[in-house]
Amino acid sequence: MIEIEGITKRYDATTVVDDVSMLIEPRTIAVIVGTSGSGKTTLLRMINRLVEPTSGVIRLDGADNRSLPGYQLRRSIGYAIQGHGLFPHRTVAQNIGTVPVLLGWEAARIKRRVDELMTLYQLDPQAFGPRYPHELSGGQQQRVGVARALAAEPNVLLMDEPFGALDPIIRNKAQEDLLAIQKRFGTTIILVTHDMEEAVHMGDKIAVMDAGKLVQYAKPAEILAKPASAFVETLVGASEKPFRLLSLGRVRDAVETGAAEGEAIPDDASQRDALAELLWSGRPALPVKGADGRPLGRVTVDGLVKRAARPA
Amino acid sequence: MTIRFDKLGVVIAAIVSYAAFAAPFATFRANRIVPGEARSILDALPAAAGPLLLAIVVGAALIALLKTPLILRLAASVVALAALALLIGVSGSFLTPEGNTFARISPASGFWLLIFAFTLLLADVLTRLNLSPWARVGVLVVAAAAIGLLLVSGSWNSLSILKEYANRADSFWAEGSKHVTLALGSLAAAVISGLPLGILCHRVEKLRAGVLNVLNIIQTIPSIALFGLLIAPLGWVATHVPGAAALGIRGIGTAPAFVALFLYSLLPVVANTVVGLAGVPRAANDAARGMGMTDRQRLFGVEFPLAFPVILTGIRIVLVQNIGLATIAALIGGGGFGVFVFQGVGQTAMDLVLLGAVPTVAMAFAAAIILDAVIEMTSTRRREAQPA
Amino acid sequence: MKEAGVKAWLPSLLRLVLVVLLIAFVTNPGWFEPLLKPLTENNAPAIYNQGSLLTLTLLHLRTVLIATVAATIVAVALAILVTRPAGVEFLPLSRSLVNIGQTFPPVAVLALAVPAVGFGEKPTLIALFLYGLLPIFENALTGLTTLPANVVEAARGAGMTGWQRLVKIELPLSAPIILGGIRLSVVISLATATIGSTVAARTLGEVIIAGLLSNNLAFVLQGGLIVAALAVLIYDGLSAIERYTARRMGQETA
Ligand SMILES: Nc1ncnc2c1ncn2[C@@H]1O[C@H](COP(=O)(O)OP(=O)(O)OP(=O)(O)O)[C@@H](O)[C@H]1O
Ligand SMILES: [Mg+2]
Repeated sequence: MIEIEGITKRYDATTVVDDVSMLIEPRTIAVIVGTSGSGKTTLLRMINRLVEPTSGVIRLDGADNRSLPGYQLRRSIGYAIQGHGLFPHRTVAQNIGTVPVLLGWEAARIKRRVDELMTLYQLDPQAFGPRYPHELSGGQQQRVGVARALAAEPNVLLMDEPFGALDPIIRNKAQEDLLAIQKRFGTTIILVTHDMEEAVHMGDKIAVMDAGKLVQYAKPAEILAKPASAFVETLVGASEKPFRLLSLGRVRDAVETGAAEGEAIPDDASQRDALAELLWSGRPALPVKGADGRPLGRVTVDGLVKRAARPA
Repeated sequence: MTIRFDKLGVVIAAIVSYAAFAAPFATFRANRIVPGEARSILDALPAAAGPLLLAIVVGAALIALLKTPLILRLAASVVALAALALLIGVSGSFLTPEGNTFARISPASGFWLLIFAFTLLLADVLTRLNLSPWARVGVLVVAAAAIGLLLVSGSWNSLSILKEYANRADSFWAEGSKHVTLALGSLAAAVISGLPLGILCHRVEKLRAGVLNVLNIIQTIPSIALFGLLIAPLGWVATHVPGAAALGIRGIGTAPAFVALFLYSLLPVVANTVVGLAGVPRAANDAARGMGMTDRQRLFGVEFPLAFPVILTGIRIVLVQNIGLATIAALIGGGGFGVFVFQGVGQTAMDLVLLGAVPTVAMAFAAAIILDAVIEMTSTRRREAQPA
Repeated sequence: MKEAGVKAWLPSLLRLVLVVLLIAFVTNPGWFEPLLKPLTENNAPAIYNQGSLLTLTLLHLRTVLIATVAATIVAVALAILVTRPAGVEFLPLSRSLVNIGQTFPPVAVLALAVPAVGFGEKPTLIALFLYGLLPIFENALTGLTTLPANVVEAARGAGMTGWQRLVKIELPLSAPIILGGIRLSVVISLATATIGSTVAARTLGEVIIAGLLSNNLAFVLQGGLIVAALAVLIYDGLSAIERYTARRMGQETA
């Protein structure tokens, strides 16, 4: 659990982060969104004390983050930096192993962990381990950056626009990978992004920042349904709201009894994808199948349209 | 109120306390060759002057030690340097026995350390003041004028270096003008031939690597060897080419030194011309071509002005390097201030070495400051001209 | 295809030939006597005969090595100092000092060192040391102040201490630039060391100066060529190391 209490950061006269308080439950993802320069990176960096706050307290699992020397604190928190920041003079394997080496893990354990992470990110340890960062594609570099942040199995992971430079297909893949990892290890993640789509998709809660202030911190559905201010409303994108709302839900939650013609849609697809498929194929209903291929029922255009309406 | 120390001030204060209290201020020698006897500040100066100088340097060191306003630090360093400069002359007359023309008084390690410490303070203040190019040249002119005044007023005449000067005033100026001719003349020759060569290398890619490699290799030949190696071919030219000897070309003397300096100068000029031209933005060149400029118009109207600061940097390197290297010409009879340096080394007469070395260093230093200022002026003007 | 092969091989071949020639010359200068004989007059000796060329070459290299190692240690330490938070106050001043220092001609430094330490190898070492400091310091400063910001941030974010960042990230990353400074410094020192013989240091300058004094061009040429060959080879070797370290980091080299 991360408790941020009344955190303020001032550089000379300008207040960059202004009295922000928020609570991040363990094993959840909090996404921070906001315009450029609104203080997202600064807020993130105060958690691992790369920036010291002017006032306020941050507690990790109840302990003040100033109770350890900064460098020890940072070894226990994963940090994926804006624009990967890989060490150009170290191989991919050495890069990923940075924090475990600092923590004094034994060589065999480090190797095992590095291989495991590389495999997880579809980078063959034999082929990619000995390469240098500049010998990778941009997307591969980004994945190594995230793997490096995860290496020491941190409970807390801070990510600053980790998928910024990726093309849509790779980005989707990286997001799914991260969600899978987060489920598997129960990591608490704070993720900064400019992409509202990504925020709605990844976040258990979304924090909206404007000019250093936290203007709304709530579940995605609530942000969509009840934006706290005109600023949040624009950020969310008024015309996109119903689709974003649908993208939060899974098909399995919208299944109705009955049958339909045609190719079945899996029950873990998003409701938004289901609606898109319905509209595109011009049919009123689609069959739904479970993970084992069993038919579960159907989704209908009418049913989905009701779900896309503003919640009461 | 807490007292806060300046970090550099701690260093300066340490040097000053050692130099003022533990190191000799001046050296007395019965004649120019024998080893000297050390004299402290109090022993080297008349009754009132010694304590006064101590008070000044200690006061200035205290100002340096504490966090004080820049203006105060500037004043402290200037006052201390001026007092040192004046009083070393006083010490010279004070220590020289009446009517004795053999005795030699020279500044000793304590004096030099004090000068070093306060120059450090002055350099720090000037760096922090972030002076404009004109102001830097102004400071240089003022300093040169002050030193010139001290020299002309004769207040240093009792110091050994000026006694060496007095013994050979004529040859000093003759060698000095040879030195300047060598350094500036070879620079001029290098610029006149290096610029076209650089432009050629820029245009003809095939030529570039070859020319730069040859020039690079010339740089690795030690100066004394290159000077020596040119003796033979120039001697041959002098005897076999009609009229060459009349132009002053000889196997030994100034000619090989001139040619050697010229050869050393070519690399920085050519290389910086190539780099400067290569750095001209493609867009500027394309625009010039798009407006229908000829190659020549483009070269003089666009490429050259844009590459100018880089080329100037090459010229600065050459000038400073040539002023230093010209000292070596003395080894092959080429003259210059090196004559005094090498004579002094030969006779173990340090004052004579200083007579050659000090003007050389001063010239190189002044050249560097002036050219740096010019470079900064041309490149800022260019920056202002280009919208961000 | 074939032409490219020759082009790629030629420099290595030339280097190899140069190394072989150099070794042959300093170990068996007699073999080359016929080549140098035409440069002498009045039946003067064509090969330096007041000492072994090999010994002088080794002494020359030793002087340069000692001075360069000392200069490297001091210059890099200073550069590290003025780029740490505690020493950052000194950064602008140190830049000015380097600028001023570079205007001191090596001959002047050499001559001025004599009264302090006497004749022989010592003043030469001092001059080479002081003169060698500057390019290394300047390059180390450039290297340490132009590190990619996000890489240093990532190191901090990974929980490295100041010392660990310096040793594991900052120094390795600036290594190519620092090496470039050492290379410049060595080439300057190799040439400057010859001047050391004017204050009785035992270097190859001895051969050149003997040639100048006795008007023996063969001496001047052999002394000069040995130094130049050493400089070219060392320059080349250090450039290769520099390129290798830079390439490993995916940096472009000039
Ligand atoms: N060290 C610093 N000194 C002064 N101002 C700073 C410093 N670091 C950040 N700022 C200012 O603080 C503000 C917030 O910066 P921050 O990096 O947190 O923005 P951000 O929300 O992450 O923006 P982006 O989306 O562009 O990454 C900016 O206006 C920035 O200029
Ligand atoms: Mg940011």
